[in-house]
Amino acid sequence: MWKKHEKFERHSLWLIIGIVVTVSIGGLVEIAPLFWVESTIEEVEGVRPYTPLELAGRDIYISEGCYNCHSQMIRPLRDEVERYGHYSLAAESMYDHPFQWGSKRTGPDLARVGGKYSNDWHRDHLINPRAVVPESNMPPYRFLADQDLDRHAIQAKLQAMRAVGVPYTKDQIANAEADLLAQVDPYASQTSDLRRRYDARVNQGDFDGDPNRLTKLDALIAYLQVLGTMVDFRTYQAENPENLR
Amino acid sequence: MQTTAAIQDKTPTDVAALFLTVAGIAVLALLGTAFTDDPAFRFHGYIMTALAVLALSAMTIGVSNGFFRSDQSKYADGVIRAGVIATMFWGVIGMTVGVLIAAQLSWPNIFYFPEAGWLNFGRLRPLHTSGVIFAFGGNALICTSFWVVQRTTKARLAGGVWPWFVFWGYQAFIILAATGYVAGITQSKEYAEPEWYVDLWLTIVWVAYLLVFLGTLWKRREPHIYVANWFYLAFIITIAVLHLVNNAAIPVGLLEARSYSVFSGVQDALVQWWYGHNAVGFFLTAGFLGMMYYFVPKRVERPVYSYRLSIVHFWSLIFIYIWAGPHHLHFTALPQWAQTLGMTFSIMLWMPSWGGMINGLMTLSGAWDKLRTDPVVRMMVVAIAFYGMSTFEGPLMSIRTVNALSHYTDWTIGHVHSGALGWVGFISFGAVYCLVPWLWKKDRLYSNALVEWHFWIATTGILLYITAMWVSGIMEGLMWREYTPDGFLANSFIETVAAKHVENVIRTIGGLMFLTGTVIMSYNLWRTVRMPSRADASVPSSTIPPQLQPAE
Repeated sequence: MWKKHEKFERHSLWLIIGIVVTVSIGGLVEIAPLFWVESTIEEVEGVRPYTPLELAGRDIYISEGCYNCHSQMIRPLRDEVERYGHYSLAAESMYDHPFQWGSKRTGPDLARVGGKYSNDWHRDHLINPRAVVPESNMPPYRFLADQDLDRHAIQAKLQAMRAVGVPYTKDQIANAEADLLAQVDPYASQTSDLRRRYDARVNQGDFDGDPNRLTKLDALIAYLQVLGTMVDFRTYQAENPENLR
Repeated sequence: MQTTAAIQDKTPTDVAALFLTVAGIAVLALLGTAFTDDPAFRFHGYIMTALAVLALSAMTIGVSNGFFRSDQSKYADGVIRAGVIATMFWGVIGMTVGVLIAAQLSWPNIFYFPEAGWLNFGRLRPLHTSGVIFAFGGNALICTSFWVVQRTTKARLAGGVWPWFVFWGYQAFIILAATGYVAGITQSKEYAEPEWYVDLWLTIVWVAYLLVFLGTLWKRREPHIYVANWFYLAFIITIAVLHLVNNAAIPVGLLEARSYSVFSGVQDALVQWWYGHNAVGFFLTAGFLGMMYYFVPKRVERPVYSYRLSIVHFWSLIFIYIWAGPHHLHFTALPQWAQTLGMTFSIMLWMPSWGGMINGLMTLSGAWDKLRTDPVVRMMVVAIAFYGMSTFEGPLMSIRTVNALSHYTDWTIGHVHSGALGWVGFISFGAVYCLVPWLWKKDRLYSNALVEWHFWIATTGILLYITAMWVSGIMEGLMWREYTPDGFLANSFIETVAAKHVENVIRTIGGLMFLTGTVIMSYNLWRTVRMPSRADASVPSSTIPPQLQPAE
């Protein structure tokens, strides 16, 4: 039997084929079904694509490497559900390209941080975390309040997201910049086009305490404030047969 | 003379081809820099243009001075010497950044600079992980694989000047990745942070690497492919597959740095951890096992313990590793069948891992006395011991109920470092300690005493690091789930952060000790290179400094 192994040792092509076949099986069996087994993601009412400002804020969250210390995945364990809120549903990250579940909690989970703190708290905390939480070892992000948000590619970003499967409408893509500006406008009406295009509950207003400027901090706080708020858990029923698998 | 016949007179065609390729890259980089609207993309455009122009100048000087007319009858060792230097250089940098970010978590008031956002933890942490995994580990793998494949096939590296392209192309990848992280250019996939254009560049370099390695195998003058080369080959091929799938993304524009992954949510999570765990399995395990299978038998002058064991554990290791990714996603929104499958295979993985450990350790049969006399052997044996320990700890942590406690905590960080510092670090150090005297034609290292110092300082540092992380990880895991008798959560999150301060400080000290060992090693290697060469090497005696003659 050991003699037969000679084939792999004497012919590099056989060795390559052997390696490729051996390492392919596991990935195919585990990953491929996730794309066609429908129960992988149970669609839930309320989950929508990010608004242009939230998307820009998400890009800042990624650039600053927030995922290194903050998870966005609440596990169905008693203490986590009591500390952070309802456990995370697969549908809640279905428009996250790439996902932001994280792998380490040097800081707390952020999956449902939206609405937990005021915009002012986020601004103070991001500028100097230890001014608000003395024992914190989070880095300071004062520079985000000093830098204007670069929005030159916002329409291209929505288009790229659409190309990877996020259902932005033509209307939403065409009005990306207008919607971005409308979200930070403190005087925008309650029935703005932005809310019509996305959701009546979209947070509008000034986020960073400086209404005269559109900064990176505006975008980041807008993103943090929407996290985990899209699904209404007062009406969501986990025991509903269509939510059980 | 016979050797001169092998030296080519004209500029070889492979050099011309490489020159044109780099010139093309320079033009593309320049155009990209000129026309982009994205400041991040322009920043990288400047760097890429500068690197390409630098490469063109160096090649012009090289061609005009005839550096590329190498002796085809000898092994290509120049690129390996460069690889050893790069390994130590990036090792010191990557570990220094690690000590810095450990200090940031210990003393945030001292080591954070509000005006310098690019020095924040979130940007430096990928710099540290990529710096030690891909820059230090990657260079160690590439240069040792070039040494091993030549010696075990009795053939010169294939591809003429292209091994140099692999080396410098890989350094360019590291520079683009590293500068990108501090500039905030990342796609947020752990250990695969570089953006789409850097990924494309790495793909080109990696294909060249595969072709050089395979081409050398095809030229071999030995009927059998030696076991170390199976592992190196599995590492090169599988990393290519993982890299291509996990980095599949649509760029926002051809002149924009940002891209969005084609996968999202659940699917993206599993693709990422299929990649992430097999970066461990194939980059940090299979590749370094290849290193072990050459340098341990060579250094202790004993054959590999069991040929059959190496066959069994090679195929079972590469088969089972691929399945283990979902253990990073226990209790998440990933379907439970996938979690269970990942856990099952992770536990099974214990056996092939220990097969490799046993094969490495038992190779010392009949030569155990070398543990006392040769600190380099001791370093490699301790590396194998750490490999055994962390591949036992890994399956333990992959059990769902254990993972409920350990996940998201410092325990994971400790586990990674027992593998990274203990296994990857020490086996690489052992290999480099072997290689430097061989490559620079010396009889021995400059100082065995300094190797002893390196060994003991680094080993103590690892032990401090991982015990501190065990304590803080298990402590914070227990504190998160602690309840008062009334049924309320006992601790706020920030109380668990404050409770870890002492462990964070101990971890910083442990990391600093490990870094100190690496600096001692670099000094020792530098002095070794500067020692007089072996008598048989054709170095004129006049170049030997007279003060090195023993006094009467």
